[in-house]
Amino acid sequence: MISIDPNKTKTDAEKVDLANLPDSETALEIRGLNLRYGDKQALFDIGMKIPKKQVTAFIGPSGCGKSTLLRCINRMNDLVDTCHIDGEILLHGQNIYDKAVDVAALRRNVGMVFQRPNPFPKSIYENVVYGLRLQGENNRRVLDEACERSLRGAAIWDEVKDRLHDNAFGLSGGQQQRLVIARAIAIEPEVLLLDEPTSALDPISTLTIEELITELKSKYTVVIVTHNMQQAARVSDQTAFMYMGELIEYADTNTIFTTPQKKKTEDYITGRYG
Amino acid sequence: MGKWFKSGSPWIWMTGGAVSLSLIAVLGLLLLIAWRGLSFFWVGDVYQWELKDQHGKTSTLIGEIYDREDVPTERLESAGHKFKVHPGETVTRYLIKTGNRERVSLDFRWVLETDIVSRSTPKDIVVLERTKNGNFYGFPVAVVEDGKEIKNGDLRAKLDQLIERAVELSDEAHSLQKGEIGRINYDLETLRLKSRKYELEGKLTDAKKQEIADSREKLNLKYQELEKTFFKLRTKAGRDAVLVRDMTGEVLRLPMNTILDATYVNDMGFFAKLGHWFVGVGKFISSDPREANTEGGVFPAIFGTVFMVLLMAVIVTPFGVIAAIYLHEYAKKGPITRMIRIAVINLAGVPSIVYGVFGLGFFVYMVGGSIDQLFYPEALPSPTFGSPGVIWSALTLAILTLPVVIVSTEEGLSRIPSSVRQGSLALGATKAETLWRIVIPMASPAIMTGLILAVARAAGEVAPLMLVGVVKLAPTLPIDMNFPFVHLERKFMHLGFHIYDVGFQSPNVEAARPLVYATSFLLVSVIVALNLTAISVRNHLREKYRSLEH
Repeated sequence: MISIDPNKTKTDAEKVDLANLPDSETALEIRGLNLRYGDKQALFDIGMKIPKKQVTAFIGPSGCGKSTLLRCINRMNDLVDTCHIDGEILLHGQNIYDKAVDVAALRRNVGMVFQRPNPFPKSIYENVVYGLRLQGENNRRVLDEACERSLRGAAIWDEVKDRLHDNAFGLSGGQQQRLVIARAIAIEPEVLLLDEPTSALDPISTLTIEELITELKSKYTVVIVTHNMQQAARVSDQTAFMYMGELIEYADTNTIFTTPQKKKTEDYITGRYG
Repeated sequence: MGKWFKSGSPWIWMTGGAVSLSLIAVLGLLLLIAWRGLSFFWVGDVYQWELKDQHGKTSTLIGEIYDREDVPTERLESAGHKFKVHPGETVTRYLIKTGNRERVSLDFRWVLETDIVSRSTPKDIVVLERTKNGNFYGFPVAVVEDGKEIKNGDLRAKLDQLIERAVELSDEAHSLQKGEIGRINYDLETLRLKSRKYELEGKLTDAKKQEIADSREKLNLKYQELEKTFFKLRTKAGRDAVLVRDMTGEVLRLPMNTILDATYVNDMGFFAKLGHWFVGVGKFISSDPREANTEGGVFPAIFGTVFMVLLMAVIVTPFGVIAAIYLHEYAKKGPITRMIRIAVINLAGVPSIVYGVFGLGFFVYMVGGSIDQLFYPEALPSPTFGSPGVIWSALTLAILTLPVVIVSTEEGLSRIPSSVRQGSLALGATKAETLWRIVIPMASPAIMTGLILAVARAAGEVAPLMLVGVVKLAPTLPIDMNFPFVHLERKFMHLGFHIYDVGFQSPNVEAARPLVYATSFLLVSVIVALNLTAISVRNHLREKYRSLEH
């Protein structure tokens, strides 16, 4: 059984009522989402509300569609030619799959961090301000400030402040991943998507990143995909369990790990498959 | 034995052997042309031979040994040569460069060892490098300074001093001719074209006619003045002379302005010779060719080669990179794209002369001809862009090397990890922004690789250039001081063509042979230098855009 941090155990009153979440507290709403890769359907009729400024985790066995779902939120699946999507994802009440939506603007609002750290072959500084430069910001002072703020926000400032203009490849894997997070928060998105952000890292770096995630939720809505159940239990407020492209159960993390409602969820978290 | 085969050692030996053979071939080639080419500038001793031929006639011969070989006696006898004493199976014979080309029918002569009575190396033999008729070998007798014959005193110092004076004056005259007189001729031609242009447009009013005639008059006056100065310089340079006794014993008078340099090779130590060698190499690289390219330097050819290759690189790089980006990033993956890619790759297999024919037909006649009709009607019927020129050569070679650039750029693009692209897209960059800011910089080492291959191929290509722009002797460089400074329509000289021309089109094959080696070595050096520059740029870029290590 997964151990839950006693401090994190919430009273019923603190628990978010996910089914009837008011619009003011909803960051994202997914409605009737179906996704096919060619003939193969990967997501079946997903519907959920993701609350603002909380950490929501997607868990499930490999190939269950959790990463695919995450990539739907900032339309990264558009890059796959064979991918077809039906249904809606609402951000501020607007469907992001609407024809009128500017994908680049959407992605500025919904940042993403990938499985493996992917810094650009530039200096640490240029990596962080890349998103701002894209928006046409070239004022040195603004960039300097944003760089420091983001690096502090990603808990890496103290490690790199003396070598901001060195190549980012000189950093360790864990540092690179935090740099990538800094890069993502430099453009101040509302939502931050983390796609198994620690799976390529060593345990100590993983711990640092996890602490960072907990801090990040004070400013951003965080959605994290992980196949590490302990991690989901440690960092998330809500957990969604997915299996074979379907959303099986979505509830408060505490509830999912202690009193799951569905048999499949229980089987998974007790390690019977996956 | 079976075990030995199974162990794989024969395979290692075979593969290793193939590598060593290639290495030996490359090194051997380089060493051969380097040795033959560079030893040309090393002055050998000049000998004086006393000869007595089969009929008992004696003569004196002065010259340098160029070559030696052993000939079967039988062959000489069957050719009608009679030996008094049978010399054995073979006879050694020497190829001797006697110089003094205007005095003898052939300045290279084979001499049989059996004919040689004695050989000496007199210290006072002088080798005079001349502007015409090649070297002169002889003994200085006197110098004539301003009509006065000077026989005594330090003849060598006096001669050097007078040569220096003459060379300085000649140089002055030459630069006057190339510079100011050249500019006046250029201005006169511009004026003529201007008047013709007015005429064609029907705007040639009397006032304009007068204006043009006035400026022409002014230029002509200036020209006459400069011409006077020019001839004065020439006469001044020809004031002095040197009297030299040649191998027949006759004393000749050589005007000082035909002499470039005097060396007493038999009186030179090792270091003096070494200094002379460096001077010789320097002159070869930096001066213009003389006497149908068989003497002098190859500077215009070096300049032409490098200029044309750089121009080609400037054309082919953006063109190839853009084509590769479309093919790799935007084109839908399907049978048509695949066919286009195959077609591009196959372009690399088309024989280069075919490109030359295409360049002549399309660029020179069609494009160049149209440009002439549209922009230079006043110069017709003589063509401006409608004749072979350096721009058409660069364009033709750009097409020739385009596949190389496209293929390596595409390879570079496909090597960029998709995670980096996605990282950029996830930050709100559009595809174009991602390409411009991330992908192309990261692919730049591969682009440089394509450029290196393109340059290596283009610099060595001669066949197509013979159709689209190379000439034996270009009077002017493609860049000079006359507006607009860069003249892309001009014909140019090329080291590759120079080798062919000197080696196979020259009247004096023996004299040209070392030049062929020297020029070949130079061509290889130029290509190596261009490539090394590109490689160092690429390594720098590689270091900068070192890909993620996983």
